[in-house]
Amino acid sequence: MIDQRGTTDADHSEAIIAALRDARERQSPVYINGGGSKRDLIGRRCDATELDVSAHRGITAYHPGELVITARAGTPLAEIVATLAEQKQILSFEPPLFGGKATLGGTLACNLSGPGRPWGGSIRDMVLGVQMINGKCERLTFGGQVMKNVAGYDVSRLQAGALGTLGVLTEVSLKVLPRPQQTLTLRYAMPAGEALQTMNRRAGEPKPLSGAFWLQDQLYLRLSGAASAVESTALQWGGERVDDDQALWQGLREMTLPFFAGSAPLWRFSVQSSAHFAANFGPTLIDWGGAQRWVQGDQNREQLDSAAASAGGHVSLFRGGDRHSEVRPPLNTVERRLQQQLKLSFDPDTILNPGRLYSWL
Amino acid sequence: MNMTKPVSAAPLGAELSRRLRECLGADCIIEERESQRPYECDALTMYRDLPVAVVLPENVEQVQQVLQICHALNVPVVARGAGTGLCAGAMPHPEGILLGLSKLDRILEIDPLARTARVQPGVSNLSISEAAAQHGLYYAPDPSSQIACSIGGNVSENSGGVHCLKYGLTVHNILAMTVQTVAGEEVRLGSLGLDSPGYDLMAVFTGSEGLLGIVTEVTVRLLPAPEIARVVMAGFDSIDAAGDAVGAVIAAGIIPAGLEMMDRLAVQAAEDFAHAGYPRDAAAILLCEMDGTREEVAQHVDAVVAVFEQLGATSLTVSDDEAHRALLWKGRKSAFPAVGRIAPDYYCMDGTIPRGKVTEVLNEIYRLSEHYGLPVANVFHAGDGNLHPLILFDASDPQQVHKAEAFGGDILDLSVRVGGCLTGEHGVGVEKLRKMPSQFSAQELAQFEEIKVAFDPALNLNPGKGIPILKRCQEYRALPARHQHD
Repeated sequence: MIDQRGTTDADHSEAIIAALRDARERQSPVYINGGGSKRDLIGRRCDATELDVSAHRGITAYHPGELVITARAGTPLAEIVATLAEQKQILSFEPPLFGGKATLGGTLACNLSGPGRPWGGSIRDMVLGVQMINGKCERLTFGGQVMKNVAGYDVSRLQAGALGTLGVLTEVSLKVLPRPQQTLTLRYAMPAGEALQTMNRRAGEPKPLSGAFWLQDQLYLRLSGAASAVESTALQWGGERVDDDQALWQGLREMTLPFFAGSAPLWRFSVQSSAHFAANFGPTLIDWGGAQRWVQGDQNREQLDSAAASAGGHVSLFRGGDRHSEVRPPLNTVERRLQQQLKLSFDPDTILNPGRLYSWL
Repeated sequence: MNMTKPVSAAPLGAELSRRLRECLGADCIIEERESQRPYECDALTMYRDLPVAVVLPENVEQVQQVLQICHALNVPVVARGAGTGLCAGAMPHPEGILLGLSKLDRILEIDPLARTARVQPGVSNLSISEAAAQHGLYYAPDPSSQIACSIGGNVSENSGGVHCLKYGLTVHNILAMTVQTVAGEEVRLGSLGLDSPGYDLMAVFTGSEGLLGIVTEVTVRLLPAPEIARVVMAGFDSIDAAGDAVGAVIAAGIIPAGLEMMDRLAVQAAEDFAHAGYPRDAAAILLCEMDGTREEVAQHVDAVVAVFEQLGATSLTVSDDEAHRALLWKGRKSAFPAVGRIAPDYYCMDGTIPRGKVTEVLNEIYRLSEHYGLPVANVFHAGDGNLHPLILFDASDPQQVHKAEAFGGDILDLSVRVGGCLTGEHGVGVEKLRKMPSQFSAQELAQFEEIKVAFDPALNLNPGKGIPILKRCQEYRALPARHQHD
């Protein structure tokens, strides 16, 4: 396969291993970079020598009947999504493609999933297996290409959100799903509190809900599935049908809605879906049926942490702000020790993305 | 294969006993051999042993204290839920304590709006769904043992069930847990949101077979109970046709709630046992369940019936009410005891394979069955490729025991060879420990060992199970004895 830039599918894993050996020998840490789409997002700033893994790309196996696709980690997600679409299949976790730059490996490392996440699962939920190179420069394979596998620890899922600090991902197998027959979106005017109630109540009904977000006093509910089920639910639930709803959900997924514009710090709350915040943090977008909430602007970090904790979750600095300090909430002594020991079990010389997740990892 | 052996009077025994009695009531400690018998094995009864003591704490503080004592005295700890596991993962360690969590059996909270249940580890899988039913909710993973098995055990084994393809395994249906480290320190993993800030330790703990810590509380996700479920049963006159039909359902863009296959011997045993109306003459049957809204289920039932007819189904039945649906499932759900009636013993395997390899693998299993001279009945989570061949044998005949083990080992090797894995949902435990090198390289096994050491440096949690401990780690004093059960 050749894309617009003329990049050819190729296995560069030997070159990656050689680069890591060199880095280890010289005790010179690396910053792993795929498409570069999330360099300034999600993690802390990592000042290490860049290891470009984008050339290690290409779909290596796709069996629609098995509901499994396997690709090298540098493969752009857009290419995977297009390949699946030919077989009427999808990535149910709806990841952002970030203008075609987002790669499979980067998306898994960041555990990044879109609006369908509460219903279609996250990439963490859909990963079946990985091939990776740990900090000892060993090529390791965990999980596989089958739906169930409980032999050994679940190292594949552990890579989700580890930001490449446990290994360089080289190949990933994902479970894929059939594309829903029909999708439509309903809109309701209501304030945030009522929207949270409605989202959670609707999510408790056995209906084909596949997305629920709230912005500027408008609640949007998306239905996906068998045409008969989608239509009958829409009739029961009422609301105003949204034209061109695909663009709306794409804007949410790709973070291109006007809400996300500008360079102000962007905070991401991951909390209990039904929780109400006691404090008001200014303009807010509520997604994931209430479980993911976005807040803009300069904020008091302690106030945010306290609100997140009382809502059963956590808050992180997703974009902008001071990315040299911690962007995730503090952990207690025991948590920190377990995290550190786990890191060292994969990367004893801390050569992989040091400080990207936490300053002390 | 009876692993029972006398325990030498360990010098630590008296001290351990004294300290346990300081924090637990006398009815929470079983030291007498005969009273320990009910705890000598899990549901894989081929492997048995007795611990120094069975300890049954009544609250989380006692669990912590027991762990602290064992940590201080360097005593192995084996956790046990309901003892329904199928890999000898809960078999006691002769130098250690068996930590039974059955008394921690309270449902602490159900939040109908957030759709979660916070429960103690000894709560049974089914009782969560029963308690949630008044809110129209249920807990999706449903292992066959769901009446008895505990949620703590489900987490430790990452249990599945017949509805995994659509609803996922345990790991997909839990939000948070509280665990105790080997030293008795409490840690919260996960969150009430859908992710957590550092490494996803919950992912590593789920399915870790009690090797990394002790689960003392779990918050599970509840789903809305579907409006309706209907099951289509189809008979086929060849394994090939049934295998093709499984692929055709997926190709039609349908994810059934359950998609099960049984071969002739399993069908006949189940029919004799349950009288579910299965076609005794079919080479294989499929049970395909659709759930969701009424409209969706009607649409998908029609589509599945059309697919099965097109692929030459020799018989077709669609459940017409709940009682009929329950009857059609009764045969499948009682397949294990039904097979148990036609032979003195059976040995259940658990390999997972790519769906497309089912015909090839079943035919090879039949060849092996002839080779070993032992009949085999196949029950198969066809939708997600998880095989459960039941090897029939007589445990009182040492030769047959040996053959059954060899046959089982060949099936696991075969599963790995066609691109699958050793175990889909039952776990490694003691049973598959020696087979781990057929799926993993030495470096991969070493990585598992490093993870283990990160959480349990002295290797005291469930030693000798789950992951093989390699020679280079034998610097730990008691290791050779502790990590070999035979």
